Amino acid sequence: MREITYAQAGIEALAEEMRRDNKVFHLSTDPPGPLLTEFGEARIRATPIAESALTGMAIGAAGSGYRPIVDWRQVTFAFVAMDQIVNQAAKIHYMFGGQTTFPILYRAGVGGGGRIAAQHSQSPYSMFMNMAGLKIVLASTPHDVKGLLKSAIRDDNPVISFESNRLGGMKGPVPDAGDDYTIPIGKADIKRAGTDITIVALAWQVHEALAAAEILDREGVSAEVLDPRTLVPMDADAIRASVRKTGRLLVADEAGPTCGASAEIATLVTEDPDCFRALKAPPKRVCALQVPIPYSPGLEDHVFPERNRIVAGVREVMGG
Amino acid sequence: MEVSPEKQRAMLRQMQTIRRFEERASDDYAAGNIYGVVHCYIGEEAVAVGVCSALTVDDKIISTHRGHGHCIAKGADLNRMMAELYGRETGYCKGKGGSMHIADFGIGMLGANGIVAGGLPIILGAGLAAQMDGRGGVAVCFFGDGASNAGPFHESINIAAKWKLPILYVCENNLHAAQTPASMTLAQPDVAARAQGYGIPGEIVDGNDVFAVHAVAAKAVARARAGDGPTLIECKTYRWRAHTERRGQVDHRDPAELEAWKAKDPIAHLATRMKAGTGGFTDAEFATMDAAILAEIQAAVDFSLASAFPEPDDALDDLFEPAAAGRN
Repeated sequence: MREITYAQAGIEALAEEMRRDNKVFHLSTDPPGPLLTEFGEARIRATPIAESALTGMAIGAAGSGYRPIVDWRQVTFAFVAMDQIVNQAAKIHYMFGGQTTFPILYRAGVGGGGRIAAQHSQSPYSMFMNMAGLKIVLASTPHDVKGLLKSAIRDDNPVISFESNRLGGMKGPVPDAGDDYTIPIGKADIKRAGTDITIVALAWQVHEALAAAEILDREGVSAEVLDPRTLVPMDADAIRASVRKTGRLLVADEAGPTCGASAEIATLVTEDPDCFRALKAPPKRVCALQVPIPYSPGLEDHVFPERNRIVAGVREVMGG
Repeated sequence: MEVSPEKQRAMLRQMQTIRRFEERASDDYAAGNIYGVVHCYIGEEAVAVGVCSALTVDDKIISTHRGHGHCIAKGADLNRMMAELYGRETGYCKGKGGSMHIADFGIGMLGANGIVAGGLPIILGAGLAAQMDGRGGVAVCFFGDGASNAGPFHESINIAAKWKLPILYVCENNLHAAQTPASMTLAQPDVAARAQGYGIPGEIVDGNDVFAVHAVAAKAVARARAGDGPTLIECKTYRWRAHTERRGQVDHRDPAELEAWKAKDPIAHLATRMKAGTGGFTDAEFATMDAAILAEIQAAVDFSLASAFPEPDDALDDLFEPAAAGRN
């Protein structure tokens, strides 16, 4: 299988869906060149820097029979559109009694590693998880981002795709262009099978967890790495099944712990009686420190969890 | 613009229906049969009817928290509207929306909205869809003087003007944003004057004169259908009732100001002109029409009372499409 980057895989997903369905169109402040070349300015629209208008425009177009894609670029810029996201997109299908559908894909970069400081490096997906009515996907590989974006474009609900900034240049195997595969929204993926501990890892942390699992393997610890791939709806069944098998849980997230996706994952394990009884040790979370992301390299690197911190966390759980 | 006697009768009937619907909703709210908040449109009926009478069923509108008039003018079903206010499963939104969230996508009514200026970005998408469809559809955004000061107003009109979207921006300037007089918040008194900043026509019209509103709207619709882009229309009008029907709601407005506007009652004004016209309209016909409207509204209340409340468990429905996914 050929290898392409995460960013290329995302563009391929959009292009394939736009070829498949002429109701799909794209709004962003800086349109992707390859899409503009192929589909033209009518479907790949360059917009003013007006995220509130773009976010709401997608709602009105979706309610009128189209399937808009809005690239907010960084999640940073989505914050200026919060009314349209929270009060409108998330609620409009429900509060109007399900009269019509609102198929929308919103895309946003999250995470750090770029030394671009607090207003551009953040991972606030749990804020959006907290708002009922938005589906949320969080792909960790080129293969997954392509399949999830294709599903998101075909989904009849507003879907937000959060894409870790660290993954854009990462290469990985992806089926040939035009090989029409999708990845179902709401299905987790076991990225590495194991028997001693379940590491639920999100986005970039999947790769750190896989590296940690290699180190742990040499210590005789068999770690299972589970990637939820979708935060809403969360594949609770897959996570619980894995924890019932291994009896231990560590959650790795590049967001802070407070009210985070990591807290949700830990809770859906501990509040399930069978899962709780299967636990041989208390679950542990390895998350970013609960601060705005700082600029200076030593400070930024210190804030984020990585493979060594995951290994240390696993040793703690195994010893507990 | 000449409006036929039949069309005049239809306009008057819609305006009186809006008023009678809201008088009843207000009474039923006071009696405890309608919940939350109800924002009455009484006094502003000529705006919704003047604009919507220039549209077809395929054209789209989006509304505000004061949305009953827009719903009725666009052709909404009174039974389903009243049932929604009564919180019943037969309501437009199965009891999930209430007064502030009534929509009927089947007639191009894209929803009332509890957030001031919340509809401005959404109607952009309806306008863009109409442009992309290429069938001459238009989209209308109703909003107030309050919303004209919010960011989405400026973001949206800039895009609509630049892309020549077929949109009518209809500002219902009733001189008050909740309790705050527009004179305290608008840097210049005329919202329509802002159109100049976006290079589009800005029209000021007597919002209590349904023919005047209709004429300006029809001109803007023709311009939009021709591909010439949006128009900003400011309708000067006034609401007769307090911001909401909530008990104890204080109304700080000057009673003399209210009385002066009541003297410009858009319904009485229209009826007087119709009687003076050549259509043969009489007081007796008005009385007959009004009795029929009251009967329709009583029927809507009866329909609501005969309708069940949703089952509590229905609260889980419609979160996601397909609906069954909401049970996850």
